[in-house]
Amino acid sequence: MLGEMKTTPLTSTHQGLGAKMAPFAGYLMPIQYSSITAEHLAVREGAGVFDVSHMGEFWVRGAQALDFLQYATLNDAAKLKVGRAQYSMLPNEQGGVVDDIYVYRTGDQEYLVVVNASNIEKDWNHLQSLVEAFEADLEDASEHTGLLAVQGPKAAQVLQTLCDVDLSSKKKNDTFTATVAGKPARLARTGYTGEDGFEVFTEAGDIKAVWDALLGAGAIPCGLGARDTLRLEAGFPLYGHELTDETNPRCTPFSWVVKEYKEFYGKAAMLGGECGQVLVGLLLEQGIPREGYPVLAGGEAVGRVTSGTISPLLKKGIALAYVRSGAEAGSLEVEIRGKTYPAQVVSPPFVGLK
Amino acid sequence: MNYPTDVRYTKSHEWVRLEDGLAVVGITDYAQDALGDVVFVELPVPGKKYAAGEAVAAVESVKTASDIYAPIAGEVVQVNPGLEEAPELLNQSPYAEGWIFKLRPDNVADLEALMDAAAYQAFAESQ
Repeated sequence: MLGEMKTTPLTSTHQGLGAKMAPFAGYLMPIQYSSITAEHLAVREGAGVFDVSHMGEFWVRGAQALDFLQYATLNDAAKLKVGRAQYSMLPNEQGGVVDDIYVYRTGDQEYLVVVNASNIEKDWNHLQSLVEAFEADLEDASEHTGLLAVQGPKAAQVLQTLCDVDLSSKKKNDTFTATVAGKPARLARTGYTGEDGFEVFTEAGDIKAVWDALLGAGAIPCGLGARDTLRLEAGFPLYGHELTDETNPRCTPFSWVVKEYKEFYGKAAMLGGECGQVLVGLLLEQGIPREGYPVLAGGEAVGRVTSGTISPLLKKGIALAYVRSGAEAGSLEVEIRGKTYPAQVVSPPFVGLK
Repeated sequence: MNYPTDVRYTKSHEWVRLEDGLAVVGITDYAQDALGDVVFVELPVPGKKYAAGEAVAAVESVKTASDIYAPIAGEVVQVNPGLEEAPELLNQSPYAEGWIFKLRPDNVADLEALMDAAAYQAFAESQ
């Protein structure tokens, strides 16, 4: 099975560092190097680096690149100046979500779209079908693009030692080119951990030099295990869990992404959809909620956990869960191995992030 | 990875050691390594009887929850009180301080059906 697994330019580097490897979205990826808790705290307190080269990168270019993105995404791409980036989603015709994405404006008529590894092929086919009506071209650069995420309160300080651009002048969601560890790179002050940090795109062949330099500068290698606990503590969705082809993003805490004042693909279905269930954050004083566990109200099943873990910072159970609309106003419990534990409905993030 | 020879092993990665007629049960070094940081152990109530293969306890790591099964039939007579405050003992000392519960075996001879260290090591390394 592992023989068919896709790799990143750093797979053997991770194995050399003693990482526990496991399949994720068809790629053999590092889950942890030392421990999920230690890596999680390294990102909350210092600087960690993640190999996320498995993610997909599409370039959009052309006179109608913006018009195409306005139609194919939910957030308002027209607000992006050159050198700025935004979180967004790809809607489908039924008002669900094809994927959640990040859109970077890299030039006057040029955008970079970063998509989830598990959805590269689906997104590509979807966008190809929509782009035909526009004077714009799509390029799939996923195979030859490397991507690292340097995250944490000390990420800027660590990265600055390797980078020729003054990072202190860059704001959240800025994107720019720079030389990092001698390699040409595109940087963005973005991430998926709730901390300050940067994402660094390079040609696949250059990514190892940047990775090695970051470790040399003090960044702690972090795996997908910590990436998941960090994003959940920050209250961010993971496609396939909180967001799917069937979920209406208006029924989630991420409804702000849906800009109802503009036209987009599947708009009528999305705006016409009822929120039979809503996505909420749950905090448990006792018990650790996990994906798939039932959520109860007065003994009756009203929903299901989509992501859950113990928060390494709070040392308490945290979860995102879909519950029947209205149930979030009452008291809820999560069923764990046949016992019920009280769950408080909270608005993510679960921890006070900067 | 550590595979001591004074215990017997199950395919669900528990170990059992006979001490003063009681079967002491924990999880193997292989199991604790696979689980990662253990953050909570749900312990059984002493006095309850279990069939072999029945879920007795649960171990939660940051990553996942995992049931711990009775390696042989018997009655739980004691649980490790230290795990409430220090579940990480399962990571730090899986075969000693990290023991989980003690069973009074229905039949001590049941232990003989479990794997010895060499057989378990071969099994674990094939996983």
